[in-house]
Amino acid sequence: MSLFSIFHVAGSAVSAQSQRLNVVASNLANADTVAGPDGQAYRARQVTFQTVFMRQAGGDPQATAGVRVAAVGEDAAPGRRVHDPRHPAADADGYVTYSNVNAVEEMVNMIAASRSYQNNVEVMNTARTLLVKTLQLGQN
Amino acid sequence: MLQRMTTQFDFHAETLRLRAERQRLIASNIANADTPGYQARDFDFAQALRDTTQDLRAPGAGGAGELGSPIARGAALGSTTAPRLNYALAAQPSLDRNTVDMDRERASFADNALRYEASLRFLNGSLRTLTEAMRSHNGA
Repeated sequence: MSLFSIFHVAGSAVSAQSQRLNVVASNLANADTVAGPDGQAYRARQVTFQTVFMRQAGGDPQATAGVRVAAVGEDAAPGRRVHDPRHPAADADGYVTYSNVNAVEEMVNMIAASRSYQNNVEVMNTARTLLVKTLQLGQN
Repeated sequence: MLQRMTTQFDFHAETLRLRAERQRLIASNIANADTPGYQARDFDFAQALRDTTQDLRAPGAGGAGELGSPIARGAALGSTTAPRLNYALAAQPSLDRNTVDMDRERASFADNALRYEASLRFLNGSLRTLTEAMRSHNGA
């Protein structure tokens, strides 16, 4: 039944988007971090989505395409450097390296993720309505 | 005799199956709206329905052999090949080669859901007519 696999598809997308939201949240939380656990400045993380084809009996195997987070990569951009000689984390030249999180980018990312999340929830809702109506076939 | 009464159900059942399949396809597209390199898929519904109901509409095929036909027809219906999937062209090409057009997908999704419900209603109407015809004999 095709309608049931919609829940798998949209469910995979919802979980992928929520992982993206998680990453955005940790980036924003660390926007002003000077040093991470390794002593280096925090680097912004970005998720990479990948299509997952779900096997479907008697159909085109590419017809059901879910999504998953393939990797969480680190942003290679250099960190923000601020001149502040009195800061305990300042280097020999008096510069403090903050994380390379771009707050504006992260906010945009967050909005995009939340919109995609909503879209997929709506897809699930519609599929549910259709299934319920199908179950009631011929009952009245 | 009985399969003659139910022949018209087959057409609606086939429509429902294809609608559900298309719904799943669009759900896959929506799920992969943010996946780099994903190519949106869709199929020509009219053509797919024409292909799968060909043997239903062929003269003398549906009710021809009163004895052996249900099995033969069931086999023909069950073995229907999956509709041929096409690739959507991007209205606005994006750098990550993703061709999902969210506006179009949402419109198709709503449209498809509505038509699924319409088919359900047709099927319900046919069923009700049939049950009504059986009941009135026993009633007053």
